[in-house]
Amino acid sequence: MDMKRDYYEDVELFKSGTILVWTVVLLIFLFTLAIYLPSYNIYLLNIIMVNVILAVGLNILVGYTGQISLGHAGFFAIGAYGTSLIMIHLHFPFIAALIIAALIAAIFGFIIGLPALRLEGPYLAIATLGFGLTIMHIIGRWDIFGGRMGITAPPLDLGISGSSMSWVIQGDVKIYYLILIITVLMVIGARNMMKTRVGRAFMSIRDDDIAAEVMGVNLTIYKTMSFAVSAFYAGVAGGLYGFVVGFFDPFTFNLILSILFLVMITVGGLGSIMGAIMGAILITYLQYDLLKNVENLPYVGGLLMTVSKKWFTVIGLANFSSIALGLIMIAIVIFEPLGMFGIWIRIKKYWKTWPF
Amino acid sequence: MAHFCVENLSISFGGIKAVNNVSFEVEQNKIFSIIGPNGSGKTTIFNMISGIYKPNEGGVFLENENLVGLRPDTIARKGVARTFQNIQLFGNATVMDNLMLGRHIHMKTGIMSGAFMLGRRSPAAKEEIRHREVIEHIIDFLDLQALRDLFVSNLPYGKRKLVELGRALALEPKVLLLDEPSAGMNTEEKDDLRIWIKDIQEDYKVTILLIEHDMNMVMGISDRILAINQGVKIIEGTPQEIQRNSEVIAAYLGEED
Ligand SMILES: Nc1ncnc2c1ncn2[C@@H]1O[C@H](COP(=O)(O)OP(=O)(O)OP(=O)(O)O)[C@@H](O)[C@H]1O
Ligand SMILES: [Mg+2]
Repeated sequence: MDMKRDYYEDVELFKSGTILVWTVVLLIFLFTLAIYLPSYNIYLLNIIMVNVILAVGLNILVGYTGQISLGHAGFFAIGAYGTSLIMIHLHFPFIAALIIAALIAAIFGFIIGLPALRLEGPYLAIATLGFGLTIMHIIGRWDIFGGRMGITAPPLDLGISGSSMSWVIQGDVKIYYLILIITVLMVIGARNMMKTRVGRAFMSIRDDDIAAEVMGVNLTIYKTMSFAVSAFYAGVAGGLYGFVVGFFDPFTFNLILSILFLVMITVGGLGSIMGAIMGAILITYLQYDLLKNVENLPYVGGLLMTVSKKWFTVIGLANFSSIALGLIMIAIVIFEPLGMFGIWIRIKKYWKTWPF
Repeated sequence: MAHFCVENLSISFGGIKAVNNVSFEVEQNKIFSIIGPNGSGKTTIFNMISGIYKPNEGGVFLENENLVGLRPDTIARKGVARTFQNIQLFGNATVMDNLMLGRHIHMKTGIMSGAFMLGRRSPAAKEEIRHREVIEHIIDFLDLQALRDLFVSNLPYGKRKLVELGRALALEPKVLLLDEPSAGMNTEEKDDLRIWIKDIQEDYKVTILLIEHDMNMVMGISDRILAINQGVKIIEGTPQEIQRNSEVIAAYLGEED
């Protein structure tokens, strides 16, 4: 028998038949989901997928390359405004506008990556923070960006608007399918990138930049590349987000959003694609659904609201959701530094050895 | 000029000359050892060769090309690889990934071709397969099969030293710098290492610069030895010449007792 290893197995997407089957099942489930879910839930799923794309991209920068960004809302904004404005003014098909806007975000990412060559830790955090705030304010200032009033996304036209080649997509369900396909592609792309040469170079910089350099990794190229790739993902996410919400203004893309993105990848698991996905799902769900409806929880809902109104607020509004979000973050970081991904790994191990 | 030369290399830190006007030449495919007491400037010489420190004066020549002033990654591409005294591996990656990073300069896959690694016939997959085969030889050579997919941070010290050696080998360098490779190893591991270094010299046709405190190893495998003390060259010669020199014995060998 030929005992030669098949090295492709190392990098293969579906390492075994079981994984392939489960992936197909999951995809079928996701594609049929839209049929039996109410519209609000589809809307929520769309937001979740947008955040998944962004979190996967942010994790490439933070989790894989060991850099930090407090300005990802800025790249997100460039994607949202860029896509819509290119479609409104230039009548480009959606996909073309999305790619161009994401590339513009990537160029900004590259530029922000330049100071990152000299800055580390808190200094880099401040530099990226400045970028995020600047973008928000520039957009708020200029009339072509709709100023403070914001802009409404144009009809989502996959063809060329106003011509016979126009192909407008309408409704949360159809947008859901479009975003689902793009999300799957973006996730597979990130996963492959991290499994190959560029991903290894990123990880080497994160773990030991001197050793990386001595092994032939050009820090200038790879640090800026990581920013650009990450910003590209944020740009794509932003472009899609515009059409999910339909309307956005500069304040949509504030500092809290940038921080929330960081929370997603930290809670999910730094340096893992799966972690970024899980973190984005959990945090988005908590934020948009569960924590908004705390008062409806049986028995404890009313009590929690009262407690939060009475003891934990300065402005008299119930802010249970921020408190809960904060507690979840602290708990995960303390008890499972690998985040939800770490928990997932342990469950998998448990099932492998079960029932022994 | 010899295959690899260091000429009048000097560097000071805060007014103190850590390395002072050191020169030596190494013939191709020879093992050249640097010995000296703690703090005598051995690692600093390696750091200047690999571009981490920029010397105040002097040159480093590989095949007549001066490496001083080049970035570390460019120097790596010119064919210089090294290990570190205090092991500098990529801790949150597997042994395989660490070794594969050694292939970085020999590979081409970028963002796009990487992202589109769809199926085994895609260019990125073909490249991965080809280079993993190269790495498998190194894994076999250093007997690391069982550790292949483990994270390096979980490995015992001696094994991590080997992975680091393997990573440097994966670069297929012309010159290999080894900074105290046997430190922290037990006698058995040291014996293996000695054989491996000899094998590397033969199989990989590489020039080896070795910093080592273990005198058995140094005297046993070196073609030539350089002894330094407080950044200054004391003597250079064959192992026999070094063993006969009283100054070295006073400065270094005596200290070992
Ligand atoms: N980055 C630095 N900044 C200041 N001083 C330094 C630096 N690097 C090295 N030195 C000094 O240079 C001298 C030589 O250090 P080096 O590490 O080269 O010694 P060594 O011969 O490798 O010693 P050992 O056998 O302990 O590894 C020491 O006095 C050290 O303190
Ligand atoms: Mg040293």
